[in-house]
Formats: sequence, structure tokens, C-alpha cells
Amino acid sequence: MTGQGPPPSETSPAPAEGPPQAPPRSVLEIDLEARSPFAVRVRFRLGSGPVALVGPNGAGKTTLLRMILGVVPARGQVLLDGRDLAQRPAEERRIGYVPQESALFPHFTALGNVAFGLPPGPDRGARALALLESLEVGHIAGKMPAQLSGGERQRVSLARALAPGPLALLLDEPLSSLDASVRYKIRDFLGARLRALHLPALVVTHEARDVAALADRIVVLEGGLVAQEGTLEELRAAPATAFVAEFTRTS
Amino acid sequence: MKLPAALLVAFLALPVVALVVTGTPADFVAGLRDPLVLPALRLSLLTTSLSLTAIVLLGTPLAWLLARNRLRAVEVIVQLPVVIPPAVAGLALLLAFGRHGLLGRIGLHVAFSTGAVVLAEIFVAAPFYIQAATNAFRRLDEELLIVARTLGARPFSTFIRVALPIARPALVSGAAMAWARALGEFGATLMFAGNLSGRTQTLPLAIYTLLESDVRAARSLSILLVAAAFALLFVVRSGASLVFGGERE
Repeated sequence: MTGQGPPPSETSPAPAEGPPQAPPRSVLEIDLEARSPFAVRVRFRLGSGPVALVGPNGAGKTTLLRMILGVVPARGQVLLDGRDLAQRPAEERRIGYVPQESALFPHFTALGNVAFGLPPGPDRGARALALLESLEVGHIAGKMPAQLSGGERQRVSLARALAPGPLALLLDEPLSSLDASVRYKIRDFLGARLRALHLPALVVTHEARDVAALADRIVVLEGGLVAQEGTLEELRAAPATAFVAEFTRTS
Repeated sequence: MKLPAALLVAFLALPVVALVVTGTPADFVAGLRDPLVLPALRLSLLTTSLSLTAIVLLGTPLAWLLARNRLRAVEVIVQLPVVIPPAVAGLALLLAFGRHGLLGRIGLHVAFSTGAVVLAEIFVAAPFYIQAATNAFRRLDEELLIVARTLGARPFSTFIRVALPIARPALVSGAAMAWARALGEFGATLMFAGNLSGRTQTLPLAIYTLLESDVRAARSLSILLVAAAFALLFVVRSGASLVFGGERE
């Protein structure tokens, strides 16, 4: 389930040099600033592995994700292995996105959702199905999103994001729409998959108890600024703000 | 509570009932044989097809822009024809496109032609489609459009592959409303395009003319228009329930 391959044919952002393979370890460096719709000024670095983005409501987490994706304007740099993506439109950044409540296209089947980001061709359906199967949801390929459970939707959403072979991944509260019975299963599944991808991945969450399962490091966003970053243990040992102290106590 | 309600429903239904029960089916068929009927029917179908095509082709991009940007002034301009009295619209169109009108002076005059009928229909009917389409585009989940972009779709491709298919039921019902309005257009057409059989005499104008010569034919045409209205209402309501049914989930 590498999900690698040529980018969607209509954009072809890949540079000519080098094979169409992601480097085994990539780095995403974010250095962004904006005044509206949220005052944000952040600088942090993601290695090849999931990092949790936490913060109080209204800290600008979703807005920051949209700035990194390139759909909300911001000044600064988004460096992917040293290449600056900030001047590129969203469709050329090759950053995968798993939005809140999965946001599947309601007019496509699960398979159609995954195929959306694949280039047209005879093997498009087979590749989409392989991705669904790799996330253990091959059997629901023909179903419409309205017929899927929350956990199934989340897996389809992840498969869809992986389809075009992203070089980094952003997930916005991937567990928020799940009920308690499947939440832990999906959480552990997601955590394991994100670690296996070896991609820079940023996972927004507001649940302290999910952080350890989903990510190894934490970036705390407060008032549009990075209040603290480190491992859960580091944050717990020396919390920089009242929010961090409270957050690490409940995790 | 029930008495006033029943009174109003009866009042609203009575004219339609009267239209149907005051003649026999044979009268209806005989009425359709009047020489004014066929040209009017043909002209109405032709002009409303043209005006609806123009409304959808130009109105869909406009609605998309209105939904995605704050364009208050444009919104007011676009909604103006709904509240302008038809007679005023007819005069205004004459002053714009008549022989001595604003554009007429530079050679662009279309008054009293089939083209004028189409323009009058577009003028009065476009707002209904634009409003419905704008609302449909505003209801779209922003996240769906963002996801499409991250999957490599350019903005135009996102519009075609995501926005348009999801909004389609609402667009269809908006187009049906606009068509109904265009089909019934009377006042502005009479003033701006005139009442020439075969060239500018649409169904409503033919009904108006036949009232003096052949009431039976006027009645037959009216029944046709009511039937069309019923069919449209059905389209609009099923389109709306599709949209709102999807939201309720």
C-alpha cells in the first residue's frame, strides 16, 4: 500500500528528474504567517512519522491545515524535502488530506471516491480497489458513502487521500465522528498505518487520550502560535502553558 | 382555524376547476384547432427553449461566483427583475433595445421580433434560476471542494466533477421554475415584442387575443398551460425533496 505513482495527469507537478518514487524519508517544514481569517504564525518541522496537532478550540488548527494545503492564503514557506510549495496551487502540492467526518463525495461509490485522484486509465479501478483492500474495506467498494459506517468512511477517506501518492498527509480530527464502539479499533489501526507510511503526517486531535496511539510527537497550537512541541513525556514533565498541563494530565 | 383555511384553498382551486369543467373534452380538442393555436405553441416552445438555454449557460457560472464571493451589488441587480412590474420591464427593455433605445442607437435593436420575446423571457425568468443555483452552491460542503483540490483537481475541474453533480437536483428544479416563469411571460413581451402571430405571439398572448374571438380555443390553451404547470410543480418538488432529503441525513 505504497499509494505511489504518477501524479494526476492534469497537473503533473512532478519534476522531470528522478524516478516517480517518494524518497524513503521526507521532511515537511512549515513556516507560515497570516492575519485572516485567523492570526497564525507558526514554524515547525515534521519528519517521517505522525505528529499530533493539538490546541484549544479556536486555536486555528483547521485554518493552519488549509494554509498548508494551499486553499487559504498565507505568507511563508511550506518546504517538502527542501522544495518550497508555498507558491504552488493546492492541486500541485501532493499533500493528502483526510478531512473531518471524512467528507466523502456523496455522488460517488467508495471506489469512485478513491479513483477520483487516480489518473484515468485501464487500471484505475483496479488500483482504487487495491487501495481499499489494503485498508481492509475492499468489500464495500460498490457502496455509496451514505450506506457506510463511520469507521468504513474513515478508511475510504484515507484510501482516497493516499491514491495520488501524496508526499505528506494531513488529517483533521479523524476520530471525531466515530462512536465509542469502533473508535479505539480505528484509532489503533490509523496509528499503525500512519507510522508504516513513513510520510510526514499531521493529525489534528482534541482528545488527549488519542494522542499516544496516533502520534509520537505533539505540536501544541494556541492563539495561532506554537506554544510547545515535543513528546508526550516531555510535555508532561515541563508543560509550557496551562493548556498543555491540563491536556497532558488527561492523556 | 379550519374554516378560513378551507375558504382560501377553495378560492385557489376554484378557477382551475372552472377551467376544466366548463367545457367537454370535445370542446378542448376543437379549441386546439384554431389557427392561432399551433403557431403560438410552436413559438412558446422555441423561445422558452432558447431563453432557458441562455439562462442555464450564463446563469450557472454567475451563481457559482455569487455563492463563492461577497457580491452584494450584483445580487441586488440580479434579483431586481423579480420585483419590477412586468409593464415596467417591458418599457425598460424598449428603452434599452428599441429602435431609439440605448443600444438601439448604435444599431442593436431587436424590439418586435422573436428575439425580443427571448430577451423578455430571459429578463423575467433568469433570477429564479440564479437564486436557486446560488443557494445550491452555497449549501455545498467546503471540505469536498478542498479535498478535490488536494487530489489534483484544478478549480474548474472541481466545479465540474464535484460541485455541479452534487447541486444538480437543485439546479434542475431552479431551471423548471425559470421555465415556468418564461412560459407564462405576458406583460413585458406584449410591450417589448408585440403580438404578431407566428413571430411574437406566445401562448399567453394567444390566450389574450383569443378571448375576443374564440373563448373555446383560449380555454384549451389555458388547460395546456395548467397541465405544464402541474408537471413543473412535480419536477420542482421532487428536486427539492432530493436536496433537502440529502441534508436531513
